[in-house]
Amino acid sequence: MAGKPIEGEKRVFMTGNEVVAYGALAAEADIMYGYPITPQNEIMHYWTRMVPKYGKRFLQTEDELSAGFTTIGGVMAGKKAFTATAGPGNVLMQEPMSMAEAMRLPTVSIVQQRGGPSTATVIYSQQEVILTTMGGNGEGLRVVYSTATHQELFDYTIKAFNTAWKYRFPTFVLGDGYQAKMRESLTLYDPAGRGIELVPPQPLLGAPGVPGVDRPPAQYRNTYSMEEELAEVLAKNIADYEAVSGEISEWEESGTEGADLVIVAHGVVSRAAKLAARELRGEGIRIGYFRPVTLRPLPAARIRELAARAGSFLVVESSYGQFTRLLKEAAYGAAARMIPLFKPGVGVTAEEIVARARELLSWSMRGQSS
Amino acid sequence: MVDEGAKLVNIQPVMPKCWRADTKPHRFCPGCGHGLVLKALGEAVDDLDIAGRVVFGADIGCSLLAWDLFNLDSVQTHHGRTVPVITGLKRANPDLIGICYMGDGGGYAIGAQHLVGSAARGEKITVILVNNTQYGMTGGQMAPTTMPGQKTETSPFGRDPATTGAPMQGPEMVASITGEGAYVARGTVFNVRQLKGFIKKALANQMAGRGYSFVEALSLCPTNWRTDAAATWNMVNEVMPRYFKVGELKVPGETGGR
Repeated sequence: MAGKPIEGEKRVFMTGNEVVAYGALAAEADIMYGYPITPQNEIMHYWTRMVPKYGKRFLQTEDELSAGFTTIGGVMAGKKAFTATAGPGNVLMQEPMSMAEAMRLPTVSIVQQRGGPSTATVIYSQQEVILTTMGGNGEGLRVVYSTATHQELFDYTIKAFNTAWKYRFPTFVLGDGYQAKMRESLTLYDPAGRGIELVPPQPLLGAPGVPGVDRPPAQYRNTYSMEEELAEVLAKNIADYEAVSGEISEWEESGTEGADLVIVAHGVVSRAAKLAARELRGEGIRIGYFRPVTLRPLPAARIRELAARAGSFLVVESSYGQFTRLLKEAAYGAAARMIPLFKPGVGVTAEEIVARARELLSWSMRGQSS
Repeated sequence: MVDEGAKLVNIQPVMPKCWRADTKPHRFCPGCGHGLVLKALGEAVDDLDIAGRVVFGADIGCSLLAWDLFNLDSVQTHHGRTVPVITGLKRANPDLIGICYMGDGGGYAIGAQHLVGSAARGEKITVILVNNTQYGMTGGQMAPTTMPGQKTETSPFGRDPATTGAPMQGPEMVASITGEGAYVARGTVFNVRQLKGFIKKALANQMAGRGYSFVEALSLCPTNWRTDAAATWNMVNEVMPRYFKVGELKVPGETGGR
């Protein structure tokens, strides 16, 4: 068997799906379970080619329900297991991930968003935000990283395994078809070389010893007879989630100090938003840029602070307000208006954002002069 | 003089070693067949001395009530997903012995794709499917295994094969889509000794790494059948075998099965 897949650091130019496969290797993932759906397929393609070389495993399942539930079996056996999906596959994936939430199982799922609803396009969207953050019949006790660049796809794939095994909440890397399919430069690295310690997995079932003789049996269920039994479990899980939300949540911002208008976006759209803000600031215009990296848990405290100070958020997203809904909940009671730039199912350019921001700025100046 | 009556009251039923005493009596309805199937399974686990390697997967419906019945590691899921959960576990750690315990609704209806997929791939797992001809936990609706003319809550005038099909032949289907190393049998709670033998062979087949192993157990549901003791036994001994043939369908090394 070959040694480490990545020695030291290496500059590469590759597609996002290939980056994810390398990220999973760097994170020392053991096994992938998957079912074909565009635009995530190449994650499986690259993983299956690396399987023999690095002693990994792969199972192609009969559907995404099975891909999710086999991933659950893999983590319960004590292995770093993951899956990848998109669109209607992500819809099916919510059933197993609800169980992962119920049992606090450290699954890792990569989601490469495609157009919706239903099968729509295989290309791109940001329409799986509500589904990935709040999907299933639960309370959204999960972690969702929304990546913007290939470097982040690599960084957060590694981080997703650590977060999942450290906090024991199902964890998602939310990408999209653009990130999946385009090629971009990034640096692959051995996490140890950057001082990143990998959280080791542990068996939840089948640990050494005879149950009932050497140790109590490990028994997991997702069905309860009494309301009170369930309430007790939920109260504990919700308290655990809230206690760590602050340290899990991440964001990026610039120029928000004293800015009346803040452009807010996530994922690949945040690249256009960042560029637009930079261009306008180059002209001496005061404008902020804010991007949550974690959509669950959302950096709610920071959003509330900004919303209390800024006049308006220009919220840009490739869906019809799914991201805005999360922001509104976080900012509830704060004064900022949420002005939409929604392009459901299609990409957004920096030029469009700049044009919209100029309109808003000229209105507000007109408002001041009258 | 010894009070024979008092002595009898103090006699405890013999439980398999791998059962948990602290979760007894179990939670199944009086007269339910699950206890018999689970006793056969427990004795098979005892005989093979594999308690330290078994992971017991229970499904939803009445089978979920077995989640803490054994002194075995266990995971309870729903809708036939116990098959992919145990498949994923076995793939990740092939040293474990994976058991999927579920009903006819989970296995043949809502989770049928998992049964088909896992059987066709020849997963090295053991599936024990309890056939009591209807959905028990949800209150006695028609299942894929409901027999022609049988009254259920969703076939109140009797199942009509012309509009709702014939009883699902699970083991026959599994036998036809599995490879040579598969073990497939149909037992019955009417003959627990034979059923235990089938379950033991199914587990041994997994341990030998030969292939898929599948046992359907014909079982009882007097609650939803609304039958007394005599009619319940008649149902499993006389009526069900007209549609479900008891015996081994596929035994590795034996061509054509039995």
